[in-house]
Amino acid sequence: MIDIKQNAMTEEIEMLVGKFGSTRDALMPIIQNIQINHGMISDFAQQEVARMLDVHPVEVYGVVTFYSFLSETPKGRYIVRLCRTISCDMAGKEAVARAVERELGIRFGETTADNKFSLEYINCMGMCDQGPSMLVNDLVFTKLTPHTVVDILSKFK
Amino acid sequence: MIKNKSILFNRENLGDCLARGLSKTPQDIIMEIRESGLKGRGGAGFPTGTKWMLAAASLSNKKYVVCNADEGEPGTFKDRVLLTDFTELVFEGMVIAGYAIGAKKGFIYLRGEYSYLLKQLNEQLQKMLKDNRLGKNILGKGIDFEIEIRLGAGAYVCGEETALIESLEGHRGEARNRPPYPVNTGFMGNPTIVNNVETFVTAAIIMARGGEWFTKLGTGKSKGHKLISVSGDCEEPGVYEVPFGISINELLKMAKAKNPKAVQVGGASGYCACSNEFERQISFEDLSTGGSIMIFNQSRDMLHILRNFMEFFVEESCGQCTPCRIGNVKLLEGVEKIERGDCSLSYLRELIELGKTMKIASKCGLGQSSPNPFISIMTNFEQEIFSQR
Repeated sequence: MIDIKQNAMTEEIEMLVGKFGSTRDALMPIIQNIQINHGMISDFAQQEVARMLDVHPVEVYGVVTFYSFLSETPKGRYIVRLCRTISCDMAGKEAVARAVERELGIRFGETTADNKFSLEYINCMGMCDQGPSMLVNDLVFTKLTPHTVVDILSKFK
Repeated sequence: MIKNKSILFNRENLGDCLARGLSKTPQDIIMEIRESGLKGRGGAGFPTGTKWMLAAASLSNKKYVVCNADEGEPGTFKDRVLLTDFTELVFEGMVIAGYAIGAKKGFIYLRGEYSYLLKQLNEQLQKMLKDNRLGKNILGKGIDFEIEIRLGAGAYVCGEETALIESLEGHRGEARNRPPYPVNTGFMGNPTIVNNVETFVTAAIIMARGGEWFTKLGTGKSKGHKLISVSGDCEEPGVYEVPFGISINELLKMAKAKNPKAVQVGGASGYCACSNEFERQISFEDLSTGGSIMIFNQSRDMLHILRNFMEFFVEESCGQCTPCRIGNVKLLEGVEKIERGDCSLSYLRELIELGKTMKIASKCGLGQSSPNPFISIMTNFEQEIFSQR
């Protein structure tokens, strides 16, 4: 079973390398795609990317751990990122944050048991004129209230 | 959408910026941009014409144009508006820059948080390719230029140009020592210009309206108009086009701010002005900003605001140089000490000295500017903050 999964991952990375190339500057697009497709970049995936780009696996690990949108541990299918920067904060972020935590039954930094939602804070996402704001994967939601945020999340359930 | 009536960012009678640009020689383009006095719109304010001239003078058959769309400074969203409403001018500005410096390839480094803009940007790229405004032999002038969009992955420091280049190359976004500057040794060791989204749009508009017209707007050392993102305690937050030299008071009136107590100019890494400074002006001579203005009214706790900023910097410091990695943590701990009511005045003075040291000793713009809110808020609001605790 593990072998089959690993073979599939290797094939997927070969395909990505075919698309983006095998030079070092292809690293980011390749691992960003793995992140989107799998919600994480596993140790095995990191090793395979390193092998195909001919860099040390630690180089890949260094990049994966540097960026907040890349992760070496599993994330939920939907990543809820609530903006915590001051304009959104002043517009009522705190009440929205508590409502989300209660609704999903998890704290910020955690993932629901069914792997559906991960909850995170995000630093300023450029929606300061329409706060409080959040991203769910790559969808933007603005002018949130505790009630609207709950309605939005229910659509992803 | 730009909220007020725009003069610079206005398509009326603008004509074809790209055709106008490409009808000039590369030297004339650079001369025109230099004459216009255009300075970088990302915040640092380096003269655009000089940057392009240095890159043009670099001897290399591989050069690159990079559009910095990693708009991460808290309170800034004008590039999002430009990428949405003026997409074609962003790309046209890049083609013109590529032609001027002799580059055939451009990158847009789009912050990961803006990935929802990808679809629109790709559609515009396809349209321009179809209309022969991008790709091979652009407008029949024998100029080749291609643009590739690369996504960031949630790191504020990648807005710094050398960290951005590191990230483009597939590395951790850690700033490089400068010199060498990217105009000599940039992407993959080749001459590279990195300009802000607004800089490219403005450069494209200068091609159509002329460098001389541009110099008539703004102040002595800050030519032209600037897009400002206004947020916080006001009735009309949004993006405004303002001439350089506008006072904070005028901006507050525009955005219909009520009972403003303080205005943060230049985002989290900027300066916090108190009410008796509201006559100061937005310009490179006085209060400089990449475009962020945040308004705080009388009900706001300034220490809460400062804490929010310092938490941001502690998280976003890349950690490679000590003044920034440790300094920001010490400043945040200082804020917590003040919150608990056990920070002595002499310790506060030490923290402000630490901030000044960080400004000198940090490797890149992040650590060189992150103490700004601490120093300005603790200087301007010391009495208020201490009297509440």
